[in-house]
Amino acid sequence: MADSTTGRPPAASNEPGQAREPWNDPEAVPYIQLENLSKRFGNFTAVDNISLDIYKSELFCLLGGSGCGKSTLLRMLAGFEAASEGRILLDGVDMADIPPYERPVNMMFQSYALFPHMTVQGNIAFGLKQEGMPRPEIDRRVSDMLELVKLGDYAKRKPHQLSGGQRQRVALARALVKRPKLLLLDEPLGALDKKLRENTQFELMTLQEELDITFVVVTHDQEEAMTLSSRIGVMDQGRIVQVGSPNEIYEHPSSRLVANFIGSVNLFEGNVVEDEADHVRIQSAEAGCMLYIDHGVNQIVEGSRVSVAVRPEKIKISRDSPEQEDNVTRGVIEEVAYMGSLSIYRIRLSSGVMVQATQPNLDRDTRQFTWEDEVYLSWNPYSALVLTT
Amino acid sequence: MKSILGRIRFLPVCLALGLAFLYIPILSLIIYSFNESKLVTVWSGFSTKWYGELFRNQQIIDAALLSLRIAVMSACAAVVLGTIAGFVLARMRRFRGRTLLAGMSMAPLVMPEIITGLSLLLFFIALEKMTGWPNGRGITTVTIAHITFSMAYVAVIVQSRLADMDPSLEEAAMDLGARPLKVFFAITLPIVAPALISGWLLAFTLSIDDLVIASFVSGPGASTLPMVIFSKVRLGVSPDINALATIIIGIVALGVLLAALAFKRQERLQGRDARLANLPED
Amino acid sequence: MRMGYTPLGQGLVRLFEPVMHVSPGKSVSRLLRAAGVTGRNAVIAIPLLWLLLFFLIPFVIVLKISFAEYATAIPPYTDLIQWGDDALMSIKLNFGNYLYLVEDDLYVAAYLNSARIALVSTVMCLLIGYPMAYAIARSSPANRNILLMLVILPFWTSFLLRVYAWMGILKNNGVINNLLMGLGIIDEPIVMMQTDFAVYLGIIYSYLPFMILPLYANLEKLDVNLLEAAADLGCKPFKAFLLITLPLSLPGIIAGSMLVFIPAVGEFVIPSLLGGPDTLMIGRVLWDEFFNNRDWPVASAVAIAMLVFLVIPIMLFQHYQNRQAQT
Repeated sequence: MADSTTGRPPAASNEPGQAREPWNDPEAVPYIQLENLSKRFGNFTAVDNISLDIYKSELFCLLGGSGCGKSTLLRMLAGFEAASEGRILLDGVDMADIPPYERPVNMMFQSYALFPHMTVQGNIAFGLKQEGMPRPEIDRRVSDMLELVKLGDYAKRKPHQLSGGQRQRVALARALVKRPKLLLLDEPLGALDKKLRENTQFELMTLQEELDITFVVVTHDQEEAMTLSSRIGVMDQGRIVQVGSPNEIYEHPSSRLVANFIGSVNLFEGNVVEDEADHVRIQSAEAGCMLYIDHGVNQIVEGSRVSVAVRPEKIKISRDSPEQEDNVTRGVIEEVAYMGSLSIYRIRLSSGVMVQATQPNLDRDTRQFTWEDEVYLSWNPYSALVLTT
Repeated sequence: MKSILGRIRFLPVCLALGLAFLYIPILSLIIYSFNESKLVTVWSGFSTKWYGELFRNQQIIDAALLSLRIAVMSACAAVVLGTIAGFVLARMRRFRGRTLLAGMSMAPLVMPEIITGLSLLLFFIALEKMTGWPNGRGITTVTIAHITFSMAYVAVIVQSRLADMDPSLEEAAMDLGARPLKVFFAITLPIVAPALISGWLLAFTLSIDDLVIASFVSGPGASTLPMVIFSKVRLGVSPDINALATIIIGIVALGVLLAALAFKRQERLQGRDARLANLPED
Repeated sequence: MRMGYTPLGQGLVRLFEPVMHVSPGKSVSRLLRAAGVTGRNAVIAIPLLWLLLFFLIPFVIVLKISFAEYATAIPPYTDLIQWGDDALMSIKLNFGNYLYLVEDDLYVAAYLNSARIALVSTVMCLLIGYPMAYAIARSSPANRNILLMLVILPFWTSFLLRVYAWMGILKNNGVINNLLMGLGIIDEPIVMMQTDFAVYLGIIYSYLPFMILPLYANLEKLDVNLLEAAADLGCKPFKAFLLITLPLSLPGIIAGSMLVFIPAVGEFVIPSLLGGPDTLMIGRVLWDEFFNNRDWPVASAVAIAMLVFLVIPIMLFQHYQNRQAQT
């Protein structure tokens, strides 16, 4: 195969099996089905004809900028907004006529929406009381839950006596204690500071695995989505533009929009000069070289304009000319940003285009490159991606 | 969702009935002011003769002019004093007498008028015995009484407006070299200006509307409009009072309409500015 | 200004040199500051002195006169402080006025009646005003201002004239009786004027906006997410109202209730225009005592007793106002 000629590494063998990826299993029955779902407010279409399957025990992230419709979609799942068209099936049951207070779905609000006049305990017990559960059972479930979110000592406090992180955990506990079929989380980590956010991300994942509840998370933070989710649905203008695992979304974005939204990317425009089953060649004035990519595009005709996406960390910077003919260009370093674990370089190519490249800081004190250095940039044929939309 | 809709229908019905309750008496006042009969509530044909009667009633005209004078004077003074009080309470956190000032500037809001009126009258009499001032009661004493109770309203409005205002605006001005007095006039006052306008209007209304306190602290020859109306309606309904009420309602409605239009205009301009600046309008 | 220096000018400058480095403005302000008069203190002093003079001292005087005795004199009361022949000062406190209030059934009945009328009116205002305030708070922002304006508008028109309007509606040949008799529902007019019913109606009508406004201010701030969270946790709308909305609107309920209850207790205009001769309310009793009987000491005692009676609701109101101001 192409492996021998391009030096492509063998496919990772430690990928999760079919059981962990029900979306790749044609036999698997989806747990939540959205069928041609739309929501309009007057002339404005917030959610535009979305069809999506989510499987049991998934942690599914809806990712998008503000106003992309992700929150409206979440509120439709919770039952606060009725669908204008289409339907939602949860475990095979149509949710259309089921009011929010009867749905086996719970939500963690972005503002947490903790009841300010009730204690932590009272907040967590609220949902169980609505079910008419006997008192001793409620007490047991609440104290178990408090233990789980490590708030045992705070049971008698009111929400305003808690820190942001503690409030977040109360909100989570309150939604989880009812053991819903589906837990909705609206920007669950949005109000926390960076350090706390990282810790909480892992806590959230552990909790989800332990309790085996299906999570749907709405977020605008791509890092959060990448860390948390089993799959991500990228949304834009009311539509889902791509669904896939974090790896797929990052390495195989289906469009410029997705590539730009997740992480940083360098895009070079160019004309296709050769399109074969196993490779394409693209002549790009912007990049200042011939681009060779080891996957065919086949639906495009030769000569048409396409974009080639190269992630900054996949670009190699060197002083000497690397031993390859394609995917090599030259430029001058204009900006250097030291980030600790890595440095970001911004390099101006002779075409005038700015390229961003990152290099790990392997040594403690010596940096290989600095301002005004003339350098070669190169990347592998399997590191770049052709985008037609 | 169905029961939520059920409640949504219940609320507007309550609101509509409540508003009808508020407006039916006012409408009946207006309608019967155009009634020809002296019996007020027995309709005998359209007439504007009670308006003519009203304008020939020198007592009512004099009282109205007196009330207007007192209301304008006391509203202006109440705005000045109330603004200072509100500013002190909102911006000066610690000083001796703070609790006293806070208590005294909120108490008139809830004090029964009859107690305020009695206490001020007894005070004026005692003061006159001791110092010879105010030498009888009339416009001055009524104005002082009205300033005292309406400045409390102004203070509360200004205080809450200042509490909403970002204190870093004042700090920024000071940081840029403005002295405290300059900061107050250049930054604080323009921002709380809407509160001052509504405070003035409120003080004006409270003054022109007051019967009880004026009855206590006024003297012979200084009967305010409410005092004259009260002595007339005590004896029963009379159609020229309906005419007077209609005129007052008309003036208020016109004022409110103008204010609403001005408000709408300002909102529209702000909306346009926001669009020009390409900002979200919310 | 060098050009302007004439020998005379220079001489003058020399003459005043020792004091020139202290500008007169500065020295004055320094003097004032030494005496404790700063700009800050002056600003605080203006409203403080005004209110001390025209609000607090008058109350002290009422308190003083309530302990005096009635006398046929001008002013019609005795002095508390009397000077003996040996220039000794003696203070004579007379509790007779207060004893009189307790002993005479009229005053006790008037207090109880005022409290009852004010309480019932407050509850009625709450029952009518709460749904109205809630409806306004839940309407669209564009409609909200208009509806709020409609509630406030009657307040800007004369209070006295709005009470007067009810006279025309309630009297025997008034709007209601004319309408009902015209429709043939009743033959005899229903007597409504000069009854307690008319007084209740008048108080509820006049004070309803005072209930709605603080309730609205509170309910408007209620986070809709809380109600959604309650629904999400399995709570039906009416129960969510009882468990979430109602307890959270308590400060608004208290503020509104106090704004109705306190002035209603001392109300004078409504009982004298709409009530009958037997509608006893303490405000009316005080008025009569002062203007008709000219018994200033008893009138003062009535006022002080009313104030004592209202201290708890007034403090409750201030407590909640302060708490709201802090949050």
